[in-house]
Formats: sequence, structure tokens, C-alpha cells
Amino acid sequence: MSDVLSNAKIVIRGRKVIGGVTEGEALVTKDLISGWGGINPRDGSIIEMRHELRGQSFAGKVLVFPGAKGSSGWSHYFHLARLCGVAPKAMLFTRMNTKMALGAVVTRAPAVTDFDRDPFEVIETGDWVKVDGDNGIVEITKKAAG
Amino acid sequence: MQLTDYEKQMRDGDHGAAKARAMDLLIRYGEALGAERLVETNNVAGTWAVANPILKDFAKSMDAVFSEFNLDSDEIVETPAVETYAVQLIQGIDPASPEMRANTGDAAESQQAGEKYFGKRGVAMMSTCTPYQVGNVPVFGEHCAWMESSAVVYCNGVLGARTNTEGRESTGAASITRRIPYWGYHLPENRLGTHLVDVEVEIDDIMDWGMLGYWLGYEVEEDIPVIAGRHRKPNQIKLKHFGAAAASSGGVEMFHVPGTTPEARTMEEALGPRKPVATLRYGDRERRDTFELLNSNASDTQLDFVMLGCPHNSLEQMVRIVRALEDRTISANSALWVFTPRALKLVSDANGYTEIIEKAGGRVYVDTCPAISRQMPKGTKVVAVDSAKQAHYLPAITGAQCWFGTVEECVDGAVTGQWKGRLS
Repeated sequence: MSDVLSNAKIVIRGRKVIGGVTEGEALVTKDLISGWGGINPRDGSIIEMRHELRGQSFAGKVLVFPGAKGSSGWSHYFHLARLCGVAPKAMLFTRMNTKMALGAVVTRAPAVTDFDRDPFEVIETGDWVKVDGDNGIVEITKKAAG
Repeated sequence: MQLTDYEKQMRDGDHGAAKARAMDLLIRYGEALGAERLVETNNVAGTWAVANPILKDFAKSMDAVFSEFNLDSDEIVETPAVETYAVQLIQGIDPASPEMRANTGDAAESQQAGEKYFGKRGVAMMSTCTPYQVGNVPVFGEHCAWMESSAVVYCNGVLGARTNTEGRESTGAASITRRIPYWGYHLPENRLGTHLVDVEVEIDDIMDWGMLGYWLGYEVEEDIPVIAGRHRKPNQIKLKHFGAAAASSGGVEMFHVPGTTPEARTMEEALGPRKPVATLRYGDRERRDTFELLNSNASDTQLDFVMLGCPHNSLEQMVRIVRALEDRTISANSALWVFTPRALKLVSDANGYTEIIEKAGGRVYVDTCPAISRQMPKGTKVVAVDSAKQAHYLPAITGAQCWFGTVEECVDGAVTGQWKGRLS
């Protein structure tokens, strides 16, 4: 693939959940995430058994995931992660529920959902992602091949 | 979001700083959801008191805890009295337990100080994950704001009251404003079944209802299963274990059992005008696979610890444990901890159950569980439980190996110090 193509930016649009503008490296999972019992709020790592991101931290990453599952402690644990300075930089998700909405609100990082394209088709772990939460615009720069 | 005049007054601070911060949180939350308005509630199950030391790093007073963790407010506001019926859910420690107090610093004092502080402001300190076992039984159709995924799915599915899975911040805000976003399970059209589940094996024991729920959570994630087929009619404790498991492996917040749960007198009523998006079959293979999945991280049969009571045990379950003990004593190499709501422990004491369990060498605890407290007997490496929910969380949180089986297998394991559970 040519450099021109591999450096091309992809833009997808969605609905604002939380406003604000930020950018960072993507961490992508197709597994739902648990808050309480699923993450360690002191270092932002995923601890759920059999989760594909087990042992990895979302601290400072643009977290791309389907949404929230499990305990109602979801918001509280992401709230703690923010206070510990290890929250995701932004959250892009595809499935709304109350755990997800409240969790995004108290994490206070830009968040977008209801995309015009499936974000899992265009965003991979390691891509550079700019998130404009206010306008629901997500700009993806693919990581250099090889 | 549309607000009433009174809601606008609260938002603008006309009714005090705490309500203004609460409305700010509810508006941000409602807008994130895409809710059109708020709905009135008079029934909140949440968490106020604090035992987790991490919280005190960020909040130095009870008002600071309430402001930060119950309202998501940067400004510290005075905690007002609650304006709804409000109950405290499960907490971080059983203050009466010397084992737990020994390695948790001043967690017990902190929790008890919180109970007095927020109790004085109207929060009922029931201190259990099962408020519906100790008097908080909302009426059919009642709008609630409940936390605790196992209680939420019970509230919706078994009682026919209406709640989403709320969090610490939204229940805190709801308790002083009487408001929660009108979204999700508050709307009748969102409560109909989506998936038909054909249970092909005869299931009856709580262990089997837990396994069915655990399997189903992975299958439907957060959709609404309608349970049909060869199951016996379930009761409170079976539906408690079923819902708790389905809410742990997936995000099930609502289900129907036609002929048993109140919004499904018939299959037609459970599904409404829509066709189910899928029919799922739960047969011998699914049952066996689920059993193996729940036991997949355990290999050592020497048992250090048996935990019963997730969600907190009813009295019916306490009797079952007492009967399973058959006057035997717990192995010196093992331990048995039984968890029940504090209100039911009073009855358990009066009935002599507590004494029987303690004479056998076991313990009856209240207010918490090992997954929440992270407290287990010292040196525990191998655990056995009768709860799919606890089997899901405990190994992730503590790193222990975890076996899953029947109440009798668990009690037998504590008595012999050996795990001999197998799928019947």
C-alpha cells in the first residue's frame, strides 16, 4: 500500500455524548467492558477473566468498544479512574445503556456514539484518533503499515 | 431535555446548592442518553456510606464524599435529607467480623460513621444487595432508581416495577430531587421480550437457574429473554440467582417467564406484537458447557474457603445450609462464610441457625460479600461457591481458583476440605 493511502484520514460522524476535543492512540476491543470487577481504577487495566484486553490499560487511550456491561458500579469505577488520572482520553462506543451514559458523564472525557459507519471496521488499536465530541466528528489516521 | 418549572428551579439553585448540582448531573446524564425528560420516582436503592479507602484519598468529609461520589460535583455541598424512600445497598465490610477488620484499617469505623451520617438524612441502612428481601418491594409499574444489577433485573423482571441500572451518582441525585431520566425500562414499549429461550433440560435447583442465567447473559447480552420450555416453576431465590447471573455475564435487566412474572401472564403478552429476533435452545450441551466455563479456572481440589450467599441468602437458603451441615464440623483446613442481610440475620439468630453454623466452625456475615470486601480467610487460594455471579467476579478480583456447585456440594466441601462437585 502506498504511503499516501496509509496516511489517509478517515472521518466518521456520530452523536455527541460528552463534548470536548482530544486526540490519542486507539485501543479497540469488540468485548463489552465491566466497570466494578472488570477494571482496576488505580491503573486503568482490564481485569475481567477471558476479556481480550485483560492486563492492558486504557489510561490516556481513545477507547473504542461496544459499551458497558455488568455491575452498576460501572460509573463509580470509571469515576475513580478519572480521579486516579488513568481514565481513557475519549470513549467511542456503539451501544448505549444507562451504565455507559452515566459512566461517560462522570469520566468527563469526550464521547461519541450512533456512528454513520461501524467504527470497528475503520479503527484498529494503534491508530491515531482525533475526537471532536461537541460535533460528533472522529478523524482516524491509520498507523503506518509494517 | 424538557424540564418542568420545578425542575428548572432546582437546576437554577432556587432549592439549594445540592439540588442544583444534582439537577446538573441528571441533565448531563439525560442528554447523554438522549432522554426527552425526567420522571418522578419515590424509590431509590443506592450507596452512600464509604468503606473503600480509595475514596478517602479524594474526599475528606461526608459532605465531600456525597458531593464527589453521589453527585459528581466539584463543589462541596451540604448533604440534604433525602426526599424519596432510599435504601443503602451492600457495603464494603461487616464491622462485626474480626477477620475482616484485621486487614482493612479503619474501614469499619468509616462505614459506620457513614451509616449514621446518611441514616440521619433518611437513608434506610438495609445494607444488602437484595433490598427486595427486606421490605423494599416496589409496586407493579412503580418508577424506581436502583443500583445493583441483580436487584435491577429482579425489580423489572420479577416485580414489574421500572428501573434502569442506575449508578452511585444518579441514585444520589435522584434521592434528593425525586427525578431520574425517563429512558429505557421506564417506557413500556422497551419492556417486551426480544429472544425466546427454549429450555430443553428440566431445571429446578438454584444452581441450574444460575447456570441458565449465566449462559443466557453471554447469548443475549442486554436483550430481553423470554424463558419457556421444561423448567419447573421458579420461586424468589431461583429467579434471584438467575437474574444475578444473567446480569453478570451479560447486561440483562429485564426478562419474562410466562405464567410466572407479572408482565407475562402469557407468551403473547411477553413478546407483544413483535416476533422474537431469535429462538435460543438450552439443552444438555449448553448446560454442560456452562458448568465447565464456571469451573474453568479451578484445578486444585483442596478447598480453603466456601462462600454462600451471593446475592445475600434468604431464610429459605439459611435453612438449607443448616440441613446440609447435618451436625458436622468444618474442616480445620477450610472455612465456611455465609452471607445474609442484617435484617435476616436477626431472624437467623432467633431461629438458632447462626448458632448451628458457628458451632460447626462457620461464620454468618452481613453487609458485604468477598467480591465487594475483597476479604477471604487468610491464605485462601481455592474457593467454592453456589453462585454463578460470585464465580464470575471472585477469581477476577482476588486471583483465587473458584469452584461452582450446589449448596450441598459447597457445604460438603467445607466439611471435608475437598471439592467433589460434579454435574448431575
